Amino acid sequence: MTEMSDANALTPYAASLGISLERWEGGAPVMAVEFDETVEGRPQHYHGGATGGLLESAGYAILRSELDRIGRKALLKPINITVQYLAAGKNRTSYAKGRITKLGRRSANITVEAWQDDPARPIATAVMNVLVADTDV
Amino acid sequence: MTGQPRKFDPEAATPYFAGRGHSGWLGLRYSDHGDDWVELELPWREDLLGDNGQRVLASGPILSLMDMASGMAIWRAMDDFTAIATLDLRVDYVRPAREGASVFGRSQCYRVTRSAAFVRGLAHDGDADDPVAHIQAVFMKIDSAAPLVTHD
Repeated sequence: MTEMSDANALTPYAASLGISLERWEGGAPVMAVEFDETVEGRPQHYHGGATGGLLESAGYAILRSELDRIGRKALLKPINITVQYLAAGKNRTSYAKGRITKLGRRSANITVEAWQDDPARPIATAVMNVLVADTDV
Repeated sequence: MTGQPRKFDPEAATPYFAGRGHSGWLGLRYSDHGDDWVELELPWREDLLGDNGQRVLASGPILSLMDMASGMAIWRAMDDFTAIATLDLRVDYVRPAREGASVFGRSQCYRVTRSAAFVRGLAHDGDADDPVAHIQAVFMKIDSAAPLVTHD
């Protein structure tokens, strides 16, 4: 069980939407989705739900990789997510990377940013709370 | 406002939105509507499952469902089909949806200003009194919100 394999284990939803692991950056997985009809809202732009799905997937990926790194086995369940849409997602590849703000015994707080051309100009950000239920007790 | 003819008909508009793009991929269907609310149906699908090897719908499709239902609720409340963009969307996932069940997303537009529209709503899997998620969102009208939504 490597860190790579666990973060690579996409949910059926993420795989179906076309989300993939693009690369690792500073120990964090960068997730990507190419622009095509499955993510399109108004013509030639991302649907807000698709952008949200990418953000969520990047949030789970960083949490999975960190839990794996510290050898903690847990079930993850969504508590909530707040997405801020900062700019329209255009007809090109979008990327997202998460950061764990706090990993506690029962839950994790994660912030995620999504961008297209320039990571310094995010198109959307999210804050997620995820229930972390240990399974190896 | 009840009884007056409306220009935006959610039932007639849903096949148009759900016939293409992300909503079409999700297979969203019209369910119900009122003067200021719209409910859409997300049919169960095996390839929309989430984490853990559990047979539970992922949270992403619920976010998409609520985004779409919210947009249509705003068009219904404004009775005008103008370009809008999601500014802020919060989803609280209060319980997992039942395996095999459709999830229904109902959103109400409770306030429209010159530049913004405010919505709240819930997702349920058959009983609206026992929701699977609650949402709160703000959308901007694109014309009056140009600096916010058109970055370049």
